[in-house]
Amino acid sequence: MKIIVCVSHVPDTATKINLGADGKSIDNNGVTFVVNPYDEYAIEEALKTKESLGEGEVIAISVGPEVNKETIKKALAMGVDRGILLKDENPRDSLAVAKALADEIKQEGAELVFFGKQSVDYDNSVVGQMTAELLGFNSVSVVVDFKLDGTNIVAEREIEGGREVVETSLPAIITAQKGLNEPRYASLKGIMAAKKKPIDEKPAAEAKSYVEVVEMKRPAPKAAGKIVGSDASAVPELVRLLREEAKVI
Amino acid sequence: MANKVLVFLEQRNGQIKKASFEAAKVGAELAAKLGIEAEAVVIGNEVESPEKVGGFGIKKVTHLKNALLENYSDAYKELLTSYTNEINADYLLFGNTAMGKDLAPKLSAKLDAGAAMDILAYEVEGENLKATRPVYAGKALINVNITSAIKILSLRPNVFNAGEATTDTAEVTVKEVEVTELKTKVTELKKAGDKLDVSEAEFIVAGGRGLKEADKFSLVEDLAKELGAAIGASRAVVDAGWRPHSEQVGQTGKTVSPTLYIALGISGAIQHLAGMRSSKYIVAINKDADAPIFQIADYGITGDVFEVVPALIEEIKKVKNG
Repeated sequence: MKIIVCVSHVPDTATKINLGADGKSIDNNGVTFVVNPYDEYAIEEALKTKESLGEGEVIAISVGPEVNKETIKKALAMGVDRGILLKDENPRDSLAVAKALADEIKQEGAELVFFGKQSVDYDNSVVGQMTAELLGFNSVSVVVDFKLDGTNIVAEREIEGGREVVETSLPAIITAQKGLNEPRYASLKGIMAAKKKPIDEKPAAEAKSYVEVVEMKRPAPKAAGKIVGSDASAVPELVRLLREEAKVI
Repeated sequence: MANKVLVFLEQRNGQIKKASFEAAKVGAELAAKLGIEAEAVVIGNEVESPEKVGGFGIKKVTHLKNALLENYSDAYKELLTSYTNEINADYLLFGNTAMGKDLAPKLSAKLDAGAAMDILAYEVEGENLKATRPVYAGKALINVNITSAIKILSLRPNVFNAGEATTDTAEVTVKEVEVTELKTKVTELKKAGDKLDVSEAEFIVAGGRGLKEADKFSLVEDLAKELGAAIGASRAVVDAGWRPHSEQVGQTGKTVSPTLYIALGISGAIQHLAGMRSSKYIVAINKDADAPIFQIADYGITGDVFEVVPALIEEIKKVKNG
């Protein structure tokens, strides 16, 4: 079976964000980029699925500029068989990203596709579901447990205060949440093998963006807080402030 | 020229969610600003009092009803798409809940509509709609313009205050709809006890590494119980296996905006602060006076959580009873 995993190249979550000169994006200087953390669960689940089937191929696809190849290479080092970069040096909105991915997934003829549940840059949490809809695939998002039996899928997705057990079937798109698995580390052998694995590069299918970023800004700074005290004797004053000043309790 | 605002009301177990009332209130306001009408739709089997949405300014609700619609399934997106087309709605509003986050992007793809997710604010500028949303888990905000004919907005829960409902009621039309085969269906709900979820809670009590060991997390639970708060956790304690990931607040966990966030023994790593800084009031209790959490806390006590928290629980009990 052909399995696709879609990956994005994002700033490390420990990174401090500085605004870029264009006022619409971040300044990439000094920022460490990594494989989107949720995509690591997606990659792991794709590899595990191939291993349990005992056959097949896992392909990593990314939409974006040349530099996204770094993230594709990390996926290859983890064990993915080959990569595809759908190149676009310009930013796109989520739906335009989904259109490029859907186009490629259709051409590859894959029936099972994994995504991370969201990219930790724009945090939309939508591209997997959009891609599924464009392809007419079934989808389950924010998945913490996944079982494939023939063409049938039983997945558990996280919801407020619990989980939903969802039954569906191939063709399907699954978006991975932390807890789905423990992503493997790339071994030295894997890193060496990745150097020989192909990364195809082609222009991303044209698509119009409907959500246009007009400004990026910092959240309003919080006014300096009050240190009420340094031990339990400050508790009555804290409770008084919460009741009388903040009026929350 | 815009035509109509449609608010999706989410029900679980027949109860309409609070986030949907917030969406209703915003939907009614948005429609007033655009000089158009707003209505709401709920998909489900038995739904309790959908007319109550009238208290938030919506005059008309349509209930698309079938016994097979009790739980979420792929039929929801199909029905919502055809209803949007039927009434010719061009603004579609959701609460940014687990269901909203799954459904809104599907509608976006089906209707070829731009979607602004998890929005914190919006502004109408002539025919344009500008929405503000967090990126990088709240380390930055962006303003976006949606330029498609149909526009989708998904609203972060707890940010748009629905306020008290008025006594107005909406006119409810129940439409029995045909549902054939479900391709993706929920077969079981597994509740994580009766616990409140951080993403929906008005109060959150969160614990971090400063609690020293997993067992001491009972301190967080006790205070949360006293306040009727949800329990949150820092990434460090989730990675250490003390708490489930569903409680993690921060960039690889949940981004939250409660009215009150109490951080116990949390130093405030950048990725944690990003996820909770938009809380209305932040209280931090931590021994280390230099901890970054104090830079964004409204009220802080630079003391030992093991001494301060039991005293805090007692004091809250006292004022509640007094």
